[in-house]
Amino acid sequence: MEEAERLVKKYFEFVSEKKFMGLKCKDCGAYILPPKSICKKCGSREFEWVELSGKGSLYTFTVIHVAAKRFLNDAPFVVGVVQLEEGPRITARIVGVDPNKPETIKTGMPLKATFIESGGQVLLAFEPEK
Amino acid sequence: MMKKVAVIGVGLTKFGKHPKVSSRELFAEAAFKAIEDAGIDLKDIEEAFVGSFLPDVLEHQGHIAPLMLDYIGLTGIPATHTEGACASSGAAVRMGYIAIASGLRDIVLVAGVEKMTDFPTSDVTEALALASDDLFEASEGLTFPGVFALMAKAHMDKYGTTEEQMAAVAVKNHHNALFNPYAQFHKEINIETVLNSRVIAWPLKLFDCSPISDGAAVIILASEDVAKKYTDTPVWIVASAQASDTMALCEREDLTTFKAARMAAEQAYKMAGVESKDIDIAEVHDCFTIAEIIAYEDLGFCKKGEGGKLIEEGETEIGGRIPVNTSGGLKAKGHPVGATGVAQIIEVVHQLRGEAGKRQVDGAEIGLTHNVGGTGATVTVHILRR
Repeated sequence: MEEAERLVKKYFEFVSEKKFMGLKCKDCGAYILPPKSICKKCGSREFEWVELSGKGSLYTFTVIHVAAKRFLNDAPFVVGVVQLEEGPRITARIVGVDPNKPETIKTGMPLKATFIESGGQVLLAFEPEK
Repeated sequence: MMKKVAVIGVGLTKFGKHPKVSSRELFAEAAFKAIEDAGIDLKDIEEAFVGSFLPDVLEHQGHIAPLMLDYIGLTGIPATHTEGACASSGAAVRMGYIAIASGLRDIVLVAGVEKMTDFPTSDVTEALALASDDLFEASEGLTFPGVFALMAKAHMDKYGTTEEQMAAVAVKNHHNALFNPYAQFHKEINIETVLNSRVIAWPLKLFDCSPISDGAAVIILASEDVAKKYTDTPVWIVASAQASDTMALCEREDLTTFKAARMAAEQAYKMAGVESKDIDIAEVHDCFTIAEIIAYEDLGFCKKGEGGKLIEEGETEIGGRIPVNTSGGLKAKGHPVGATGVAQIIEVVHQLRGEAGKRQVDGAEIGLTHNVGGTGATVTVHILRR
């Protein structure tokens, strides 16, 4: 019996190796992130893994002051939605900015991908592009 | 041919803190009130749907529908739990509606219940975050208030919506709740109360957020023939709509709107044969103040981007053009998440029957409820008419 590729599992294996990878549709070329079992643009189920440039800009953000239990020690911290240059958006920590001065954090600011460790896990993050 | 569906009985507990009271007891109080209000016997109920979001996580209790029904002495009939995060009981209303509209049943009980206040806030915060995409968003530290904060910031950027306009939603809803005996808060607040409260997820502050609450809400639905036997004042459910969307915010095209809300509203208006301008009152899902502003826009009460202006100009106050959340809304009536969808229906029924006391909107004939599940991945919209 043929098993479908475990796309979500694979994505987080890449993250744990600090690699920022996305799916690219073999039929229409669209980038798919977070991984889905189907390309929403064309319906194809044929993909390849590609390394993403990690370049993007800040679409919107919040500063979490009251955190869930597992991140209590991180608060306050910034979480943003990042517009990637390849097309998709992704939700991630925003580091290298001051969570106590949200007025200094500008939507549209250029960002680049990095990785942080929190709660024994590697998390995708973005920092301002210098 | 679909059958007409009436609400013939309603029952509600007070919303707020009920220390050490389990959800089955809250359910029973609301259920017996609804059964009495309808004037039916317990044994007349043919099927039940119970909406609840977190009983397994918080109360450590699964399989709650038969459990609730058993506690009021009702075993044997089909009893089903519906879960759609904060729209858990909006979804239950729709299941009850379908059961009767299809001709399969004549009398159905629909409930919503949630027990939340006996647990540490950090546990509740963690539990509520289950309504977002755990692997891709909650795992980055995004909380539930954080989800709405991301949308608030997007709305502020795109339309110039202000923190003061968001605060005005809380002020209005606290004012309305003064006249609702079932509400959790009976305390007038002002814009400064909101602006000066501590930050939860910037730009949202404590008073932008609905509280953690316990409560239950139950309605009895009936087919037209049966409804006429029991009541001279049936309130008809003339539209029951539901839509879904991506769980993760990062996958949505526009973070200033809930696509599922627009889709459900469009279906509901079509089903009821009315337009947004025909709605006399609405109970909308103000889990956070920004959510009420977005609801005005998604439901067509104003143009896209003008929700902030609508609240600022007092159009959604009692006495305004389109009174919204006369009950006090989730913000001040309280938000026992699974109970909210049914409780919204109950406020509209009170208004359409002319039983809303000091918060009564004179001559209200058509009312709407808007129940948003989690990040907006489930939204239900119902339209009721007297």
